[in-house]
Amino acid sequence: MKSGDQSAMAELYNRYSGVVYAVALRVLGDTGAAEDVLQEVFLQLWRNPGAFDAARGSLGAWLAVITRNRAIDALRRRRPETDIEDVILSVAPDLAGEADRSRAAEKVRGVLGTMPTPQRSSLEMAYFEGMSHSEIANKTGEPLGTIKTRIRSGLMALRKAFQS
Amino acid sequence: MTEHEQFADDLALHALNALEGEDRAKLEKHLATCSACRLELEHLRGDGALLALSTLGPKPPLRARQRLLDAVAKEAAGSATRARDARATEQPRRSWWGWLGWAATAAVIVFAASLWKENSALRQSLASASAQTAQAARELDDIRRIAAPIIAPDAQRVTLVGMKTPPQPQGKAFYLRNRSNLVFVANNMPALPPQKAYELWLIPMQGAPVPAGMFKPDVHGSATVVNPPLPAGMEAKAFAITVENEAGATTPTMPIVMMGTGE
Repeated sequence: MKSGDQSAMAELYNRYSGVVYAVALRVLGDTGAAEDVLQEVFLQLWRNPGAFDAARGSLGAWLAVITRNRAIDALRRRRPETDIEDVILSVAPDLAGEADRSRAAEKVRGVLGTMPTPQRSSLEMAYFEGMSHSEIANKTGEPLGTIKTRIRSGLMALRKAFQS
Repeated sequence: MTEHEQFADDLALHALNALEGEDRAKLEKHLATCSACRLELEHLRGDGALLALSTLGPKPPLRARQRLLDAVAKEAAGSATRARDARATEQPRRSWWGWLGWAATAAVIVFAASLWKENSALRQSLASASAQTAQAARELDDIRRIAAPIIAPDAQRVTLVGMKTPPQPQGKAFYLRNRSNLVFVANNMPALPPQKAYELWLIPMQGAPVPAGMFKPDVHGSATVVNPPLPAGMEAKAFAITVENEAGATTPTMPIVMMGTGE
């Protein structure tokens, strides 16, 4: 999309607003706040479409990560910590369609279901609640090193599931 | 334990923005010099994205779409007004495309000016003037043909980018199908082995890739291809680049090093 193309913006909204809103709502738990993040994420894309580098991953995944970061910032009532141009990620599936996303969600839930509860909780606290490793360690009463290892092995398990 | 292994757990936390304090400072220092860890960080962010992408929930309310489109329309109207105001007093915005368009236009203007001057002097000598004017006109026509795919509003513009190798190689193809005009400009191209050259390919909507020119980047990694011989009126689905022997090839040799479809 080039800046200034309103119909392209509408098309992108139709395609990706579901995932953006779902992520924002999952993090914030409030429909009004989620709607504000949805608006902010798409307006940032409108103002700076060049921030997304197509060579580095899919737009759906990038928007999901941008949304998660902005929602965490809103949750913690802090200024945005990461510029959208600095969010570079490599991920294969785009999952723009609802059917693709449902299948992926099922797969992710399957992987999370096989994880020990403390590991799944650590991963979700870090990703959806924006907690730091030391906050998770304080909350769970477990050593920092254990939290670090759990989160990494949790991400690796997700990667492996989508590689096979 | 290698240095990379030492940072493996911290990388995962950093990918989720969950690493703090001294650990984060140490990791960021390491990342500044370690491309392998930077790449792994991108992959870990992608792994985390799977969590986000798989989040299910209700659809956003209908009013959210209208709210966004209203905001976009308002910004678009505002930027159009600002652009009109700016044209009177400011330098044009120098985007990459804009620069090319202005550069090409400037080249035409400068050349036309020199042509006019030359022609004035040549009125004194009719015989040589005719010859030189004809030559200049041919050159001016050449420049116009080169500039046309860049500045024409109906030109098909294609960006070709390399994969994950900073600095990113980038190529831009400007293609006017109805005139079979193609201008290709590349930057940050990696140096080639001896006796090798890059070959540009037009990938048609149907049929085999068509050779669209050979090029070798200069010491800065820059290169251009201007109006290579192409079949008339061929519709391009994409453009691609391969590495071939200097003499060129009639079919691309894998792998495709860069590829792009229309913007």
